[in-house]
Amino acid sequence: MVDEILKVANFNAYFGNVHVLKNVNCQVRPHEILGAIGPSNSGKTTFLRALNKLNYLQVNYREKGDIFFNGRSLRQIDDGVLRKKVGIIFALPQVLPISIYDNVAYGPKVHGMRGRTQTDEIVEKSLQKAYLWNEVKDRLKTSAVRLSGGQQQRLCIARTLAVGPEIILYDEPCSGLDPISTARIEEAMRELKASYTQILVTNNTKQAARVSDRCAFFLMGELVEMDETAKLFTSPADKRTDDYISGRFG
Amino acid sequence: MAFILLGIITFIVVLPIILIIGYIIKNSMGMVNWEFITQAPRHGMREGGIFPAIVGTLYLILGTALFALPVGILAAIYLVEYAKENIFTRIIKLAIVNLSGIPSIVYGLFGFALFVIFFKLGTSIVAGCLTLGIMSLPVIITAAKEALESVPFTFREISLSLGASRWQTVRYCVLPYAMPGILTGTVLSLSRAAGETAPILFTVAAFYLPRLPRSVFDQVMALPYHLYAISTQVPNMPLKLSFATAFVLIALVFILNLASIILRAHFRKKKTW
Repeated sequence: MVDEILKVANFNAYFGNVHVLKNVNCQVRPHEILGAIGPSNSGKTTFLRALNKLNYLQVNYREKGDIFFNGRSLRQIDDGVLRKKVGIIFALPQVLPISIYDNVAYGPKVHGMRGRTQTDEIVEKSLQKAYLWNEVKDRLKTSAVRLSGGQQQRLCIARTLAVGPEIILYDEPCSGLDPISTARIEEAMRELKASYTQILVTNNTKQAARVSDRCAFFLMGELVEMDETAKLFTSPADKRTDDYISGRFG
Repeated sequence: MAFILLGIITFIVVLPIILIIGYIIKNSMGMVNWEFITQAPRHGMREGGIFPAIVGTLYLILGTALFALPVGILAAIYLVEYAKENIFTRIIKLAIVNLSGIPSIVYGLFGFALFVIFFKLGTSIVAGCLTLGIMSLPVIITAAKEALESVPFTFREISLSLGASRWQTVRYCVLPYAMPGILTGTVLSLSRAAGETAPILFTVAAFYLPRLPRSVFDQVMALPYHLYAISTQVPNMPLKLSFATAFVLIALVFILNLASIILRAHFRKKKTW
């Protein structure tokens, strides 16, 4: 097993003339949950979206430096192949206005899966892993839009799992959810640790403290500090980290 | 007080339409019957029906749709989903906006020069459909563009983030949701094309051709041109016949517009996002 699944090297990102990420260097270990905290506009979402090249959907985006996934530069990996391996859960639950089943089956379909039984199986498995199966198994054909916010977000997780990723990125996945839904998602994340590497960007420092193994603190585009979560939250090396987590700003 | 004023102004806007339709219906009363719409004209068009012109116009609508729909939709897809914002695409967009303002007679002359003469298609259904198609393209492209742009960006983001290609994203996550808007816009532009005289004047329309066309290289009669011809070119023409032709033409356009409204209502019910 390699000791790093992702390696970010001297990474800089720009939107137009705005320097959003400044010389970020870090590694992500397999099967860890890496938390990323920091105030708004600290660049943590850009960092996350750089990992599966989603930033390129925005106009005027440029980047310098490199990111390696299993030792290969992202530049050398086809967008589709990379995004299959590095899935993302967005801040607001975003489901397609089709059935629950079709939402989960969409990924496998675009990657060429055709067999009915095979698809059924992967839909069931993915929904189970996302802790949603029991709630929706009797109404797979109903529209996903009718689900509650928390259920939709777990559906998004199932949809991402269905394409067989190695890494799952979460972009403030619980920002629109109530505490119980949040707890469900966090529970799912802990279960998924066994099979996936997960990176969680969150505005909720407590959530990062609860779920993550290691945690990174971003401030104004800089990766200020990254350490074991327990250490970062009890004895941070940098004063700015201390100020942020103790609630003196942000 | 202001409401009354606005009401009156609105009424003035609608009044001409009511008057025109009412006038045409009144004057064509009794003339539009089964015989009129199923028989060929007789006696120098002074008697009989307008069946060939109806068929001709239907052919023209169909042919125009066959040509303009795929080209227009694909162009819109390119502009919205693929093209990067640069000088080239800006020129294209500007051209599309300006093209929709060109008088239809100019399209007629252009079609005559390009399709009839240069491509040697002759005065034919193909030449007419291509001319009408080119005239409809700006409207279709604009309608399709707006429909595509109204599909939430998140749909594309979801699809791409799952590793789908750009085309798969367009095919599965954008087009199905844009299709209603594209269709309604297209049907409207076709109904406009159906009523145009100038573009078909030199490219397809026959003055008097009581038989139906045998191939796409035949001329056909068409309702708008037929109306123009019998109203101005035939002496001692019974006025009722002109009004009856106008009635059929308006009815046809109205049916198309109605179809577009029904389509839109149908799809709006299904829209869930």
